[in-house]
Amino acid sequence: MVEALRYRDDSEHEEPAVTLDAFLDQTNATAVRLESDEDARALIPYLDRLALIEIAFPTFRDGRGYSAASILREAGYRGELRAAGDVLIDQVAHMRRCGFDAFAPDKPLDPAAVERAFRRYPFSYQKAEDGRAPVWALRRG
Amino acid sequence: MYRYDQFDQSIVDARVEDFRDQVARRLSGAMSEDQFKPLRLMNGLYLQLHAYMLRIAVPYGTLNSRQVRMLAHIARKYDRGYGHFTTRQNLQFNWIELKDAPDILAELATVEMHTIQTSGNCIRNTTSDQYAGAAADEITDPRPWAELLRQWSSFHPEFTYLPRKFKVAIIASDEDRAAMRLHDIGVQIVRNEAGALGFKVFVGGGIGRTPMIAPLIREFLPAEHFLSYLEACLRVYNRYGRRDNIYKARIKILVHEIGAEEYARQVEEEWAHVKTLGLDPPMSEFDRIAAYFTPPAWEEGLSDDIDLSDPEFKAWVDQNIVAHKQPGYAIATISLKPVGGIPGDASAEQMEVMASLAERYSFDELRVTHAQNITLPHVKKADLYAVWQALKEAGLATANLDLISDIIACPGLDYCSLANARSIPLAQKIAERFAPLDRQRDLGELKLKISGCINACGHHHAGHIGILGVDRKGTENYQLLLGGSGAEDASLGRITGPGFDEDGVVDAIERTLDKYRAVREPGERFLDTYRRVGFEPFKEAIYG
Repeated sequence: MVEALRYRDDSEHEEPAVTLDAFLDQTNATAVRLESDEDARALIPYLDRLALIEIAFPTFRDGRGYSAASILREAGYRGELRAAGDVLIDQVAHMRRCGFDAFAPDKPLDPAAVERAFRRYPFSYQKAEDGRAPVWALRRG
Repeated sequence: MYRYDQFDQSIVDARVEDFRDQVARRLSGAMSEDQFKPLRLMNGLYLQLHAYMLRIAVPYGTLNSRQVRMLAHIARKYDRGYGHFTTRQNLQFNWIELKDAPDILAELATVEMHTIQTSGNCIRNTTSDQYAGAAADEITDPRPWAELLRQWSSFHPEFTYLPRKFKVAIIASDEDRAAMRLHDIGVQIVRNEAGALGFKVFVGGGIGRTPMIAPLIREFLPAEHFLSYLEACLRVYNRYGRRDNIYKARIKILVHEIGAEEYARQVEEEWAHVKTLGLDPPMSEFDRIAAYFTPPAWEEGLSDDIDLSDPEFKAWVDQNIVAHKQPGYAIATISLKPVGGIPGDASAEQMEVMASLAERYSFDELRVTHAQNITLPHVKKADLYAVWQALKEAGLATANLDLISDIIACPGLDYCSLANARSIPLAQKIAERFAPLDRQRDLGELKLKISGCINACGHHHAGHIGILGVDRKGTENYQLLLGGSGAEDASLGRITGPGFDEDGVVDAIERTLDKYRAVREPGERFLDTYRRVGFEPFKEAIYG
């Protein structure tokens, strides 16, 4: 695992992420790792005490993590949301739009290329979790 | 038709540069084929048997003359002078080089076209009724909704790595000309008892290995919630669709396994949350889009009379013209199924002829049909003879719409790396066997569909007569299916029995149709007779 790329102002969370089962058994854990087949909604009652949620991408083709991230952000989670695993340059922009603000790729990514990927598309058609106004809102001026 | 504004254009332009960068990284070796594959697929670029195939999106099948001329130009400059119109109202070029693909995308962007999401496990190009905006029986033009859907689904960040591809069709009449219920989501625009516009939503249809007709999951969805409800439909699928087996990953399997009722319940639950997120654009955005689809300036008070003294012209009018909502106008379909031709193919010259006719006689509009033909939606009846003469000169006046030689066929083993058998030569053989037009007309409406493998790109399950090519111990073998329909009376065909070789299956079709002629009642189509008398008489006629 290479060092995570973070797009947050706070400092990196110290505590290691535990599995969902371990997290649900512990009353004081503040970091959890969600596998791609686990239900993000199980975390909703605990979002206040979570500082880091890591979502696994076992392969870049497994897109469940995008929904998991969206669900957590929609539920009000404001801590670090980290995409971990097979995270490639060509997926980071979509991940960012779904609310991920940190990336822990199996293979290192060039931070400059990541920045370029974020900036590549000037507009978005949908309202998502990155706070960007969708095109239909921009059209109204 | 819809025109891009600065936002649409800048997004499509960004895509061209994005893909140019990806192709450069692939060509330099910086990216592996495994990493590149899903990216090129999301730009419609497939690696086929002999070359790359590039699939160009034709949103809901609508084109203007400038766009068709660009397609002709691309056919000449980058391909072998022709293109292939597909069952999803798109266009494919079969002989593309990878290094040219970014330039082709850049040329397409100059006429507001792209290849975005024409492949890959994402939301594909939305299809619709080819007669939209012209059909006498529609309750509204479905295309503004299709355009809204195009924008929402383009680069949707949550739904770009779905379990499998995802196809949506939207129609606005009871007659289904878009095989709506054979889509992952089929939408029919309706009015409720109070007169309000909304949608009937069907989810979980599809053809492929496991054909299914989509069940109704919502009787009436108010129009203003269109996108948030679809978002909920997709989210349930993205989270719970199977990812363990590519052949069980389509939404139809999820809906089938948990049941339509349970799927609908999960969608409602998700939607209760999703609809609070402000995802639905205001109706003013819909109105902005709809303004591009206001009816063209049809002339009033035109005569409906057509001079049919030329018998060849009369045959074309009788077969290829349908009723238009405006008196004095007609919807004319150009058949891309000449006897001996490749279903759906058009040369660059033919594309240019069609573009010129659209420009001069059809308010600059053309439509691609899911049966792989081209429609001129708004032709003055007084102009039909001139249109027909020009088509005849270009080899485009075949009068066989919906007849046995108007065959849907996949590219088959001549092009496709997945195919088990050839489709095109078989389609040609059938068209030749039944070539005399009076014979075809006597057989009446007959939808014949051929797929070269079980993936069913040629819609064989939905053919009144369907043919499935399989590989039997190294030789091509063709199974015959009867009784399918992709229309409002959707049904799936039944396999008759043991398969045939190429000539054998043509003979079997002839025996089937001899039986039909012997037992039909006046006014019955083949499909009607089949449904009335059942499978057995035909099976007996085929196998003796």
